[in-house]
Amino acid sequence: MKTPWNRFDFLLLPLLGGAFILLLWHLSSHSWSGDLPDPAKTWHESKPYVLEPWAKRGELDQGILRFTFLSLILVAKGYAIALILGTPIGFFLGLSPTFNKAFDPIIQILRPVSPLAWLPLGMVLFAKIKGINVTEVAALFTIALCSMWPTVLNTAVGVRAIPTDYLNVARVLKLSRWKTLTKVMIPATLPYMFTGFRLSLGIAWLVIVAAEMLTGRPGVGGFLWQQYNALVYEQIILCILTIGGVGFILDRLMSVIERRFKTI
Amino acid sequence: MSAHLELFNLTKVYPSKKGPQTIVRDFNLQIPKGEFVSIIGHSGCGKSTVLMMVAGLTTVTSGGIILAGRELSGPGPDRGIVFQSPSLLPWMTARENVMLGINQVFFTATEQERAQIAEYYLSVVGLADFMDKRPAELSQGMRQRVGIARAFALKPKMLLLDEPFGMLDSLTRYELQQVLIDLWRRNQITTVMVTHDVDEALYLSDRVVCMTDGPEAGIGEILNVPLPRPRDRKAILELPEYHRLRATLIEFLEVRAHHRPNSSNSPSGAATPPASVPVSA
Repeated sequence: MKTPWNRFDFLLLPLLGGAFILLLWHLSSHSWSGDLPDPAKTWHESKPYVLEPWAKRGELDQGILRFTFLSLILVAKGYAIALILGTPIGFFLGLSPTFNKAFDPIIQILRPVSPLAWLPLGMVLFAKIKGINVTEVAALFTIALCSMWPTVLNTAVGVRAIPTDYLNVARVLKLSRWKTLTKVMIPATLPYMFTGFRLSLGIAWLVIVAAEMLTGRPGVGGFLWQQYNALVYEQIILCILTIGGVGFILDRLMSVIERRFKTI
Repeated sequence: MSAHLELFNLTKVYPSKKGPQTIVRDFNLQIPKGEFVSIIGHSGCGKSTVLMMVAGLTTVTSGGIILAGRELSGPGPDRGIVFQSPSLLPWMTARENVMLGINQVFFTATEQERAQIAEYYLSVVGLADFMDKRPAELSQGMRQRVGIARAFALKPKMLLLDEPFGMLDSLTRYELQQVLIDLWRRNQITTVMVTHDVDEALYLSDRVVCMTDGPEAGIGEILNVPLPRPRDRKAILELPEYHRLRATLIEFLEVRAHHRPNSSNSPSGAATPPASVPVSA
């Protein structure tokens, strides 16, 4: 059935869904959850953070975009470490059955460990090193360690999935190891690697909140935790929405890049 | 003795759950320089295994391969290979795919000379206007043309073709057979082609090697194809000789391929039935 309304479905239906959730939220705050601020109050209290997004009034009192920016910097650093370490590890796992047998079990055990568990270990690990910001290094350690696995595993799968035909071309032409790697293996693995990169970025962003909450660093997660402790609940919701929105945008950006590399 | 390519007692044994499985046994063949030889047989009889052993992409269990007086071990660009699937690298253009091998083989030539080789062979196979297209933008037939250009461009000592036209429709197949045979005549390159198409084998070859069914496949018989060259596809259809050869080949594939090559010898593997019982497929 094609009515004129169907054409606006893409806009209308999400708006309807959103309105339904707002209603549920509003009803909840006025019935069983007395401490939950209703949507109108949330917006009113969040205004200074949203309308002056770059303001800096204090270390943990900054505009929402400024907080987001701080969080993104930290994520970018941790994510970079994850990719720089994860990609070669994935390649080794994919290339060498011995390496794979040696390390796959330990990876499978470390992979499901929560960031909340890694962070204290990071603090302990780097506590005795002079001249570094221990909380920052511990946060980076946690982000990198948690977000690395999709990159590692997808790269390994990609390397194992390189068609024999392509490797035979390299063998027949007697390409050097380096040329085989750069001209055949890496291009053949790229689509898998980028799937890993996208999933890793999602996790890195997920971890940021935990890392900032535990370390008290300024950022969206740190702000959220501070406002909770200060009994200001309106901005918790603001932070959640911001975190969700940023995560969504990051994922979209990565899938655009991912598609760019799906030339195969 | 002056064979360009010599295969002696070539044997391939694969390990399997039921013990070692002999795929090809004592395959002997001598090919003089410039000859076009087809290997024909039922699917799975091991003809591709023979070709892959010559290519160096499969290890030889026993026996040996001598090309131009040197025993072969492992793959190398001195044998141009065209596979059934074109196996082009999809992230490279047609030109880059051909250049990959040229850069490897003619590393002493200048950049310009190498580019000319690639352009020459891509033009000869009819892709002058498609050199900078990627495989995904080319038809299946065009991809196989790139594969042929890539093989010839390296000036190999011989050509190995593994059912090169098997995935093409018959019109495209005719076109590509023509491209191949023209290049072959111009370069006088020793060629071994695996096929299961009787007409293709007769149209292209000087000799057709008929393989018996596996396991323990071997040479059943070798057929000379004394049709005059250059051959015209329509003209050879009128030669009685062509029909006689065709009938022999089809009869071999339908009946004699199922018999052991040397059934008077005692059976060796425990997995094979007694020698007196012909193995039927």
